[in-house]
Amino acid sequence: MDGCTPIRAPILHPAGPVALAERDLLFTAVFIMLVVLIPVFVMTFLFAWRYRASGGKGRYTPNWFYSGKIDALIWLVPAAIVVILACLLWSETHRLDPYRQLNAGTRPLEVEAVAQDWKWLFIYPEHGIASVNELAFPAGRPLSLKITSDTVMNSFFIPALGGQIYAMAGMQTRLNLLADRSGCFRGRNMQYSGDGFPDQHFAARALSAEAFEDWVAKARKSPERLDATSYRALAAPSRDHPVSYYSGVAPRLFDSIIAKYAGQHPE
Amino acid sequence: MEMRILGRLTAADALPLYSWVAIGGAVVTILGFLAIIGTITWLGKWRYVWTEWLTSLDHKRIGILYVMLALVMLLRGFVDAIMMRAQQAFALNSGGYLPPEHFDQIFSSHGTIMVFFMAMPFLTGLINIIVPQQIGARDVAFPFMNSVSLWLTAAGAGLVLISLVVGRFSTAGWTGYPPYSGAGYNPGVGVDYWIWAIQVSGIGSTLSGINFIVTILKRRAPGMKLMRMPLFCWTTLASSILMVFAFPALTVTTALLALDRIFDMHFFTNTDGGNLMNYINLFWIWGHPEVYILILPAFGIYSGVVSTFAAKRLFGYKSLVYATMAIALLSFTVWLHHFFTMGASAGVNAFFGVATMVIAVPTGVKVFDWLMTLFRGRITFHPSMLWTLGFIVTFTIGGMTGVLLALPPADYLMHNSTFLVAHFHNMLIPGALFGYLAGYMYWFPKAFGFTLDERWGKRAFWCWISGFYLAFMPLYMLGFMGMARRMERYDVAAWQPPLVIAALGAAVILAGIACLVIQLIASIRTRERRRDLTGDPWDGRTLEWLTASPPAPYNFAVLPQVRDIDALHEMKRRGAVYERPERYEDILLPRNTGAGVLIGGFAFVFGFSAVWHIWWAAAAALLALLAAAAARSFCDRTEFRLSASEIQQIEERRLRQLAGEEAL
Repeated sequence: MDGCTPIRAPILHPAGPVALAERDLLFTAVFIMLVVLIPVFVMTFLFAWRYRASGGKGRYTPNWFYSGKIDALIWLVPAAIVVILACLLWSETHRLDPYRQLNAGTRPLEVEAVAQDWKWLFIYPEHGIASVNELAFPAGRPLSLKITSDTVMNSFFIPALGGQIYAMAGMQTRLNLLADRSGCFRGRNMQYSGDGFPDQHFAARALSAEAFEDWVAKARKSPERLDATSYRALAAPSRDHPVSYYSGVAPRLFDSIIAKYAGQHPE
Repeated sequence: MEMRILGRLTAADALPLYSWVAIGGAVVTILGFLAIIGTITWLGKWRYVWTEWLTSLDHKRIGILYVMLALVMLLRGFVDAIMMRAQQAFALNSGGYLPPEHFDQIFSSHGTIMVFFMAMPFLTGLINIIVPQQIGARDVAFPFMNSVSLWLTAAGAGLVLISLVVGRFSTAGWTGYPPYSGAGYNPGVGVDYWIWAIQVSGIGSTLSGINFIVTILKRRAPGMKLMRMPLFCWTTLASSILMVFAFPALTVTTALLALDRIFDMHFFTNTDGGNLMNYINLFWIWGHPEVYILILPAFGIYSGVVSTFAAKRLFGYKSLVYATMAIALLSFTVWLHHFFTMGASAGVNAFFGVATMVIAVPTGVKVFDWLMTLFRGRITFHPSMLWTLGFIVTFTIGGMTGVLLALPPADYLMHNSTFLVAHFHNMLIPGALFGYLAGYMYWFPKAFGFTLDERWGKRAFWCWISGFYLAFMPLYMLGFMGMARRMERYDVAAWQPPLVIAALGAAVILAGIACLVIQLIASIRTRERRRDLTGDPWDGRTLEWLTASPPAPYNFAVLPQVRDIDALHEMKRRGAVYERPERYEDILLPRNTGAGVLIGGFAFVFGFSAVWHIWWAAAAALLALLAAAAARSFCDRTEFRLSASEIQQIEERRLRQLAGEEAL
């Protein structure tokens, strides 16, 4: 277990601006669509009741089957709603592009995430450390992730902080997140990847600046170092991998994980 | 390399001894198969089954066989569903009763069966029975090809069924995403069963699409202009065009995956230049149109049902036609919305998001057209009408969640979650399946000559719709709670209560299925008093209600003259219905042939051998299949002549019956 108390409905109660904006977009769209939805519900029940053959009060006009005005209305109203939603979609999709760096007045923390069977490896190039199944970062400082996979396709997701993105072998995707308060959130692989998939989650810890320094110091004390040999051992399939730390990481390890699928064998 | 006569087929690999549940599944499958064989043998009906049904090229018989296949596969697919719901209801901090590998097979086979072997045969069957009659034709354009399509579909279904007994099914989901579905990560036979089942049945679907397009374009009765066709014919045309353009993409994609697996090629592998995203793009270039292949025919059924049971001409016929064709066209422009999370640029995601939303416009138009048809109608609550009303309300909710998923930033949150699962079930159960069931209850008397019990039909409806809400609303909620799809177990206690409710919902749907079974049995037992003597039990408006129930092999002794939309209604108004023609003419009808069954059988052997790498048998089966097709093309006696006097006898009997001179 990752020791976190997960938020009950992280998507409804997000802990960062990205997830919040994504959730608000969702709610706004629901409200706009109610303009169509409510009339459909009302008309269905009302018509079924009023025009029932067994005693309905409504008039029966078997030869009335067209009205240009109504026809125009039922094309134009949905079209207008879609135009409004499309404008919203266009601007919000650009604003919430997961590749876009977040501006919170501080330099983002770069972390490289690697999906493995069935765990997550996080490499901190700035600090020269790495952790498994625990992603710690300072709250209030943007988190800039580079993501790849050393196995089948995975999907990296911390629901409380923002949307997901695929992790694919030989490729790198990016995700920019920000936690505006400290806390421990649940992150996981969302893309089914085999027998160990249900347990493939990790703790995402948004810490105060001091607590993050302590966390880095703790990782630096670890006797383990991540070199080619220990990486291979780690990458082998395993379930319920405990949280663990590496005090050193071979240089350019993340790039070499990607490169090995691109036909350039580093060894 | 060691060559073995049975490829990689060994008793250790083949027998489902890995869990008691799997053994149970195998036993049930074998017993079911033996029960069918035994019953036919015990009744001594093999000759009847063979000559009247299996070898028949009559579109109505072929259609009925398609629907029977669909109903059997619905049961099998539902067993998978209720097993998953039961597993997830219990699997908090425990393994539940299913080992992971078995759970993964179940969600894979559930999706595969419901899409390819329940929905596809159901709609193909209904189209087969009804469309030729609605356009005033005597058969489809290519009756033999129709039989080949049926038996290829059945062969594919057979491969999925036999995977329960010999070997295992895929664990890669119904979408089979590589590299997980590649030989490196998935060396067993499961993915191969999936590949060959959909290869074989997919070719059948392509052929069906060609057949329906040509039938609709070339076989319409005099006066049946395109813009006079019933909506079901339009949606069939749209759906068939999609089949013809989309299914080859699936066939090629799964063939490339097979090449990766068998010959170690690298189309979709992680290494050596393979790229999984090519697979995912190609798959959804088929997969999104497929959604409309499934749903458009249902839209056609709803249109017919609304018009018949509101006793009113469809509102906005032209709008409905344009909306249908717009949906068909747009369905090819949205495939990328199935993977907004691959890391494409904001511009790409926004484009496909907007394209997706645009589909909501013609779909919304349809909903309002149906509502305006109800407006000032005289509504009878036949079960088919209930399915339709339930569809309108529930489908609109699914449409809304679909628009939410079309917003890329919202999709980043909901993708791969149970919210997505709830959304597409919301489209496919009330959208497609309710339509098929409405069509089944609406057209049953046309196919069999007696009506279905309405009380049990209504009970089935109420169970299905309440079961649907109970089963899927909690899944929407669980999506907000961050639950991923395809989880065999979980450790978040808050997820359990909604999952228990969802399992109860599945149980209510089970009651709905029980009602369907009871309805069928009760109606057969009381069929004598439910005979449809007129061929027109609902005061129908379209030409299928002009024929007898069940129709004569030739449907129409004299081709009807069509003057308006709702051709039959117009004839009734004119008082020109059931007129005795001046004279009858001979009619050529397709002669029965076993070649379709044979080709399907060879396709099954080919698929099974390819799964197990029994290459000599695969090659032999493929050669035999081609030889059978070639031999059939040399056969000149493909039709028989029904003489005018025989037709006169049949028709006079019907006219007397209509006039009430002869009580049956």
